[in-house]
Amino acid sequence: MATILKADKLRVEYRSREMRQATKVALAGLDLEVHAGEVFGFLGPNGAGKTTTMNVLLGFVQPTTGAASLFGIDVRQPIARQRIGYLPELTYYYKFLTAEELLRFYAKIFGLARGEADKRIDTLLKLVELEHARKRPIKSYSKGMQQRVGLAQALINNPDLLILDEPTSGLDPLGRMKVREIIQRLKNEGKTVFFSSHELGEVETVCDRIAIIHQGELKVIGRVDEIRKPRHANLEQAFLEIIGFQAQLNP
Amino acid sequence: MKNIFAVAGVVIKELYRRKDFYVLFIVTIVLCLVMASVNIFNDDKIVRYLKEICLLLVWLSSLVIAITTTARQIPAERENRTLLPLLAKPLSRTQLILGKFFGCWFACGLTLLCFYVFFAALAASREHQLPVLDYVQAATLHWFMLGIVVAIALLGSLVFAAPSSNSTICFVVVGGIMLVGRHLDQVALTLNEPMRGITQVIYFIIPHLEIFDVRDLIIHNWPLIHWNFFGLALVYALVYTTVFLTGACLVFRRKPVN
Repeated sequence: MATILKADKLRVEYRSREMRQATKVALAGLDLEVHAGEVFGFLGPNGAGKTTTMNVLLGFVQPTTGAASLFGIDVRQPIARQRIGYLPELTYYYKFLTAEELLRFYAKIFGLARGEADKRIDTLLKLVELEHARKRPIKSYSKGMQQRVGLAQALINNPDLLILDEPTSGLDPLGRMKVREIIQRLKNEGKTVFFSSHELGEVETVCDRIAIIHQGELKVIGRVDEIRKPRHANLEQAFLEIIGFQAQLNP
Repeated sequence: MKNIFAVAGVVIKELYRRKDFYVLFIVTIVLCLVMASVNIFNDDKIVRYLKEICLLLVWLSSLVIAITTTARQIPAERENRTLLPLLAKPLSRTQLILGKFFGCWFACGLTLLCFYVFFAALAASREHQLPVLDYVQAATLHWFMLGIVVAIALLGSLVFAAPSSNSTICFVVVGGIMLVGRHLDQVALTLNEPMRGITQVIYFIIPHLEIFDVRDLIIHNWPLIHWNFFGLALVYALVYTTVFLTGACLVFRRKPVN
């Protein structure tokens, strides 16, 4: 199976500006491979290094050492991002634009022809159920609607790889269900989805494989069953055990 | 180029959907029309004062629009986190900076067009003449000067975190250059070393924005600027704009966006 996303001994250090403050290691030699057509869950407690990993994969942060590639292209090259879609956690899109204008703007960046962009915009607004609000400025949207616009922008280029940073964060149960449905639909279309989440039930439902990181280190990677069954526990219990939470409770 | 113009298009949309421009334009129109409706002391050359005040308002308004619009571009992208989905697209940081620059500069050009059309109409109604080429020269020089200001504000927005502090510093720098920039060489002669040397270096380094201020040309109906000098002034503006934009691109390239 082709490797779509690869992190090779990624190490990211944040140096503090204040004297005598220790350097913070956000990622400590992370190795990761995601294959074509997989839905891959990236789990870890807050501050584990999930967002840092995504930031490196998207070229926002330079790794201190190691390398990362998307479709075999170094992530530092803008062209590596031609075939990906990205949904960040909690973004407030340009309030003075309408959903249609926002999607058209992003379509232009991907170099989509006008006719093709029109078709994609119609399809996506239908998919995220925002057709009725397509001409309304985004400033009038609810939080859930904004998150759905975000999902639409992530799909504007019909990406082969979708990177989602906590896509259901702040959504109500109905919104979460819709996002789950969309991820499932993308999986059925053979797309690769790489997403971080704290919703372990959701991860269990949609993911083919998961990775759990803690304090910048990869603790475990594999299929959900492979991680869950040896521990005779559900994913939440297995997760807590892997990050060492149980050990703290029952030393 | 398509990426640069896509980003620029959003900046222009932002400007005409916000109220800043309309407020400044309406205030300028109201003040000028009120002044145009009275003839103080029956002075037959009162139109010169009217033109001078109108042009001063146009200059102040254009600087306010250029600096405030540019200063908030990158900080707003960071604050609203729109920078993340934007840079996750095949768009380089240099393209983003150039897109923001062209967006702000073209938006300033459009506002200048509105202001100068109004000014020309007002002046023509009182003077019964329309020196189009004079207005073209004045507006073009004004627009290229704003290009330097926009590039300075863009660089400032990457160095200073808050748009308000960047705007204030830009107003002080631009105002300082416009008012005292041309006198710095004479000031230097009155100083002792090392201040003399430092002041002279500053005099030769700063962009002399005052050379683009040709308001007197149209206030007093002076003859046109020689086209060679006009062209040289535009090249001078382009060189400084490029220097500040290069600085902005270099700073932004090294800046983490998370």
